[in-house]
Amino acid sequence: MELTNENVLGKIISQFGEENIWDAYTPDGIMTITTNRETIHELIKYLRDDKELQISFLTTMCGIHYPGKGDKEMCMMYQKHSLRHNYRIRIKVFMPASDPVMPTVTDLYATANWMEREAFDFYGFIFTGHPNLTRILNIEEMEYHPMLKQYPLEDQTREDKINTYFGR
Amino acid sequence: MATENKTAKLTDLEQFRLDNGLALKEEPQLTTLNLGPTHPATHGIFQNILQMDGEKIVDAVPTIGYIHRAFEKIAERRPFYQITPLTDRMNYCSSPINNMGYHMTVEKLLGITVPKRAQYIRVIMMELARISDHLICNSILGVDSGAFTGFLYVMQEREHIYDIYEEVCGARLTTNMGRIGGMERDLSPKALHLIDEFLKRFPKVWAEFEKMLTRNRIFIDRTTDVGAISAERALSYGFTGPNLRATGVDYDVRVMNPYSSYEDFEFEIPVGSKGDTYDRFLVRNEEVWQSLKIIEQAYKNLPEGSYHADAPHYYLPPKQEVYRNMEALIYHFKIVMGEIDAPVGEVYHSVEGGNGELGFYLISDGGRTPYRLHFRRPCFIYYQAYTEMIKGGQLADAILTLSSLNVIAGELDA
Repeated sequence: MELTNENVLGKIISQFGEENIWDAYTPDGIMTITTNRETIHELIKYLRDDKELQISFLTTMCGIHYPGKGDKEMCMMYQKHSLRHNYRIRIKVFMPASDPVMPTVTDLYATANWMEREAFDFYGFIFTGHPNLTRILNIEEMEYHPMLKQYPLEDQTREDKINTYFGR
Repeated sequence: MATENKTAKLTDLEQFRLDNGLALKEEPQLTTLNLGPTHPATHGIFQNILQMDGEKIVDAVPTIGYIHRAFEKIAERRPFYQITPLTDRMNYCSSPINNMGYHMTVEKLLGITVPKRAQYIRVIMMELARISDHLICNSILGVDSGAFTGFLYVMQEREHIYDIYEEVCGARLTTNMGRIGGMERDLSPKALHLIDEFLKRFPKVWAEFEKMLTRNRIFIDRTTDVGAISAERALSYGFTGPNLRATGVDYDVRVMNPYSSYEDFEFEIPVGSKGDTYDRFLVRNEEVWQSLKIIEQAYKNLPEGSYHADAPHYYLPPKQEVYRNMEALIYHFKIVMGEIDAPVGEVYHSVEGGNGELGFYLISDGGRTPYRLHFRRPCFIYYQAYTEMIKGGQLADAILTLSSLNVIAGELDA
């Protein structure tokens, strides 16, 4: 079966229902769909295991922060690739910043381990069921998640820098 | 009576243990060994805390992030041009690939079509970068298994590749090559001459290097079945590039999603079968030959035309125009000050980097900087398999596995 955005979307919606899959758009040729936290694990598993789709390669995942968007403040993006059909798809899950909890996909993909640790480290996403959800690139003592937009590029609380050395 | 019989069978060591009040049977004792962060054999800053049972590795806990420089955060504050130098510092063994991958991502966002000549020049530069990347990896593998000569011999060729970079963009290691919309200058006669010389000289050097290792008994014994990984595990771990192809999966971005006119060239994708260190070595060796083939074709069929797209809003005008022409002056000022707003959009573009699929996921909210720029760094993704690959092996094999994976610290930590 030739995979096109229409028939993949049709298959996913018939499997999970319109209440769980919405906002399909194609910004750069890669179809992007939005789902909820309850469906994401099943959806990723379905895309991997379905014999017709075989979208079985997890290319990347990353967090995005949209401050002031309420229930859609935190976004987790998954990008999958079907090496069999050369078809890519992007899945987004939105959640409020007060409750950035979602299920892990480490049981489906070994590679999700560090990707999820990175998302935890930089954005504070909590992946329930992750075997070792600790910081990966930043130091353990860090008290915040630095990629969130409220943190400026330079740590404004630093006092060990002398302004004259930096031309300020 | 029974006790006496048992005592009679004791070895000297057991008798010694009995006399000194020790347990007769020895508990397996594990040694904790700290490999890295700075260790001459790891070629980069990686720490692995190993649990060793004698020479055998029982467990490994990798720690990364020693040269984390927060590129994704910095990129959210910089105009598009100022992000190119950041990409240099990811995989610094093949920085032109990173530069051009990033430029192509921005071009995709802006909807710029690059002329054929610029695409061919890019292909030449990217394949030279691939050669210099694989050349380092394979020759270092030789060093780690005890063959130093080949390394120094091919390192000279890397210098010649860097001479070409220098002629094309002025820099050698962190190249910052090209512009959004094409190249900053055309290939000069000297650059063409250097490429021509390289194409004539390099095959002999590489053939000699191959001859030294490929059928070398010691090298084969040291690398076969070392650090092997199956195709299923490799895919689950998100392997791409030569490391995935060594397991037998023929996924190559250049063929599957051709960019920059790769569809114009004839080349083959070498694959291995076992996914061990020797297979990875062979795959990289063959890829060097294929890269040479691509460079030859691009060099011979270099099309006439402009070396950059006609995109005055994003492509820096020539300097002499800036002094004479009002529009050029305005564009120059706006581009240099980063006052050009990009359109709203969301793009993903990936190129075949030295180590695999190097992806750029760019979200623009219409401002002067990206809203979010995520790098899909192949090293970061496949290095997590390292623990699984070295478990049950010897310490010396772990070093070889690390070299053959070609983990570049800059790309790992970004």
